[in-house]
Amino acid sequence: MTQFEDLQSLAGRVPHGALVALAPDYSWVPMALVRAMIRGGIKELKMLAVPIGGMATDLLIGAGAVASLEAAAVSLGEAGPAPRFTVAVETGALPVRDTTCPAIHTALQASEKGVPFMPLGGLIGSDLVENRSDWKVMDDPLGEGGGPVVLLPAIKPDVALFHSPKADIHGNVWIGRRRELMTMAHASSASLVTVETIEDRDFLADEETAAGTLASLYVTAIAEAKNGAWPQGLTGHYDRDADHIRAYAEAAKTEEGFRQYLEGDVLEPS
Amino acid sequence: MTGASYKPEELLITTFARLLLRLERIGHVAVGALSPIPGAAALLAQALAADEGGEEAGQETEKGAALAGPGQGHKMRVSIIHGDANNPFTDGGRELFDCAGQGRIDAFFLGGAQIDGGANINLLGTGDYPDLDKRFPGSFGSAFVYFVIPNVILFAPEHTKRVLVNKVDFISAPGTSPPEVHRPGGPKALVTGKCAMEFDAATKRFTLESVHPGVTVEDIRDNTGFDFDLPDGGPDAVPETPAPDAALLDRLRTTIGPEIAKTYPAFAERVFG
Repeated sequence: MTQFEDLQSLAGRVPHGALVALAPDYSWVPMALVRAMIRGGIKELKMLAVPIGGMATDLLIGAGAVASLEAAAVSLGEAGPAPRFTVAVETGALPVRDTTCPAIHTALQASEKGVPFMPLGGLIGSDLVENRSDWKVMDDPLGEGGGPVVLLPAIKPDVALFHSPKADIHGNVWIGRRRELMTMAHASSASLVTVETIEDRDFLADEETAAGTLASLYVTAIAEAKNGAWPQGLTGHYDRDADHIRAYAEAAKTEEGFRQYLEGDVLEPS
Repeated sequence: MTGASYKPEELLITTFARLLLRLERIGHVAVGALSPIPGAAALLAQALAADEGGEEAGQETEKGAALAGPGQGHKMRVSIIHGDANNPFTDGGRELFDCAGQGRIDAFFLGGAQIDGGANINLLGTGDYPDLDKRFPGSFGSAFVYFVIPNVILFAPEHTKRVLVNKVDFISAPGTSPPEVHRPGGPKALVTGKCAMEFDAATKRFTLESVHPGVTVEDIRDNTGFDFDLPDGGPDAVPETPAPDAALLDRLRTTIGPEIAKTYPAFAERVFG
């Protein structure tokens, strides 16, 4: 059954060295949970961006919590490049498995289906393929003249992390149209979720909420976290705090600026 | 010359919009990550296409269009990912790519930290991968969408030899593919801060199509790291990119500005005030 607990306990469930899936900044990133994980001293994470990393990924990298990263891109969007990611890659401190957006979606879909790999079109001739020894190029195995395709091994994250406006008391989590969260949760061994509120009802009993609900079957544990996506936005609840994100982008350009941000906005529990 | 004054971004937007209206069968334009100028251009092209009325162009799959019959749906559909506005996708991050893979998207824009004369694009970084000198965000979905969307328009606001190179350091996505590779899509055009070019997949070369107001063919030669073709008639036959007139600029600023601000507020504030 889905457990209900406080934020720091939820953060404590993420093992050191886990393969952790995080959605892009626009898709309900659990910023409060990420800050709690950094406070808890999380380390050696293998990060999977689904498929683009943003501020949460940059924070974890800067905090020294990340051993490796798989991503199609990492960026702070309109606030510019992700500074700690950029420095870590340019100095060779962070090994990156570079990929492309649909390759990550497809590899997660393979895990959803429980098959060891899935094919994807395109890709042939991209240097990404040259540098991924785990990908395999083969001719259309059905012999129907489809040409070469790339086989991608399934990706099975240890844990998916996300925020949502609401869960119900049965552990069902409403995700609306943010269905990459559904895919992430289906593909992962565990899902840890923060929510704005926990409602005394059953989302699955109402057809209008059921269609946008991730069933508790996939949800390991839930913690309440008010404004849990801040400074990112939460659709229909609050907008992205663009000033804060810009200030972070500026501060994190230097190691010292990042340390100050970490001490002021992350290590001091808010 | 028109008397209206405009920002460089506004010229890029109107040039992209004209290009979208000129390409054949553009029923559905999708706009990807970090693409405020293409997003504004697509919305402007949509508004201009609506003025003309008439039947929709070839959106959705060929069989789907045949079933829908004439006059159904929008003349031009615009889908902008990563925001809540103008975003029709309800099946998660995968849907844009699944949609493109089926042939339901006719046009798309891709940028490049580097673009070479064979239309190979690099969004990942410069230097000798993986020991990069300069890292950029990454390849995003380019390694897939470049293969499956028929009209990909490349954009490079900075027209310098740093961006327009003889050979990209890393191929995020190749400009052309050998015949055995299934590839219904690819590059059609390149718009930079100085000019517009067309790409021919058969010759694997760009042809200079127009130079922006105040720019000469000589400037393009001096600032382009790859060799390109000129139209029949040589340098004198290269026209000037049409500048937006006052009415078009007003429409862009008052109608399109607030719409693109829903996805790109900082960009809209900077360009449209």
